[in-house]
Amino acid sequence: MTIKYTPDHEWIEVHGDGTATVGITHHAQDALGDVVFVDLPEIGKSYAPKEIAGVVESVKAAADVYMPVTGEIVEVNEGLRADPALANTDPLKAGWFFKVKLANPAELDAMMDSTAYDDLLKNS
Amino acid sequence: MTTLLKTPLHALHVELGAKMVPFGGYDMPVQYREGILAEHRHTRTAAGLFDVSHMGQLRLVGPDAAAALETLVPVDIIDLPVFKQRYALFTDENGGILDDLMVCRRPDDLFVVVNAGCKVQDTAHIRKHLSSRCEVIESPERALLALQGPQAVTALSRLAPGVEKMVFMDGGFFKIDGFEAFITRSGYTGEDGYEISIHERDAMAVARLLLDQPEVKPIGLGARDTLRLEAGLCLYGHDITTTTTPAEAALTWAIQKVRRSGGARAGGYPGYAVIDPQLPNTQAAQPSPVQRKRVGLVSNEKMPVREGAKLVSAEGVELGTVTSGTLGPTVGHLVAMGYVASSHAAIGTEVFALVRDKRVAMKVAAMPFAPQRYFRG
Repeated sequence: MTIKYTPDHEWIEVHGDGTATVGITHHAQDALGDVVFVDLPEIGKSYAPKEIAGVVESVKAAADVYMPVTGEIVEVNEGLRADPALANTDPLKAGWFFKVKLANPAELDAMMDSTAYDDLLKNS
Repeated sequence: MTTLLKTPLHALHVELGAKMVPFGGYDMPVQYREGILAEHRHTRTAAGLFDVSHMGQLRLVGPDAAAALETLVPVDIIDLPVFKQRYALFTDENGGILDDLMVCRRPDDLFVVVNAGCKVQDTAHIRKHLSSRCEVIESPERALLALQGPQAVTALSRLAPGVEKMVFMDGGFFKIDGFEAFITRSGYTGEDGYEISIHERDAMAVARLLLDQPEVKPIGLGARDTLRLEAGLCLYGHDITTTTTPAEAALTWAIQKVRRSGGARAGGYPGYAVIDPQLPNTQAAQPSPVQRKRVGLVSNEKMPVREGAKLVSAEGVELGTVTSGTLGPTVGHLVAMGYVASSHAAIGTEVFALVRDKRVAMKVAAMPFAPQRYFRG
């Protein structure tokens, strides 16, 4: 399992079957505060990298969730829709946002690993 | 880049793990570790301590101070009893609202609290118009704490016996464990509670004494905003501005009969010619209709509707704009306030908010959304 990170504070975990799971990082949920609503993408819709694929709303603010890679949505987290606070309490596991079928797995190569992402947070 | 000012409690906020944000020119705590929802609920069930030292505190001194202040606000100040506080509005010549404020008459002065973001303009406005009639004394050396919630009385009366005898909008001088304080039984959360004005050198000690009480937790500006919105209270610069008149803003209750046409001291404040015809008055004439009104809005949808969202009718006709909105942590559903065309201001009217590419069904509703629990004796 490989987890990569975007400068917009999404994480993406690649699976062996050509799909990947996307969520927001611990840092992102901490910066947002209490999450009260998530707007998830439609299954079957395709996105290019950096396109807005969802919205996460905290008590104070709304933030866009960007698609990290080129691909098609194959599953969304209904559990998160029912309990948006999962994005706060378990952002890397139960609080995942959606699963995507990768069109170009090579896109992952250019993304940050956890060390590079930690450096980004330290320097921002 | 402007340097952010710090209140006397800044170091305490940092020590308590607050997330600090710029607000009204100050570096202020938006939330502490538990987060806005927990802080909101704690204030509704126990007692929350807010640092509101960024707000402006002023004293107007002299026998003519009350009459002088009445030239700037459409509010009855002259008849305000000693140790009573009242909500007031600075208005402009066009009938717009320059700021909202609290005024308390004390034996030797009028004690005035204004919003942080407006205090420089407010002070200049007061000095320009009132300096010839009373002494205008800014009090930057004063800190201001708000202790709010159903257990505020229990916590504070332990340290300052006697505060439990006050009722809503009373004020009085007290000692908190030896520290001199001017305390009013008021606040801006819809809960029973107190605002406590103290010297900045005592602020840290008094704040720690309050936080040592088992009922009390520190609460940030994030929860202050959701609390005041559930209580149906306006935030200056958002729900009321220079483009809204008191009648449009549904604040006619703040204008006493004595200042309305037919009253003993009618008018004499900026914007009277615009504001007064919009008020029900003692001469029994129908108030002239306003084109739009501030209303409360509720929804069972889950997606938050925030400031700036357009409001439309079922037919898609534009009706107005949301000025504040959130998921009400106590009431458990969406609450908002905003301006709609008067034709759609009746309670129960269905409207739609436009959020991104979606229409959110909302209903005009009575405010406050959460019951006010002021202690009236």
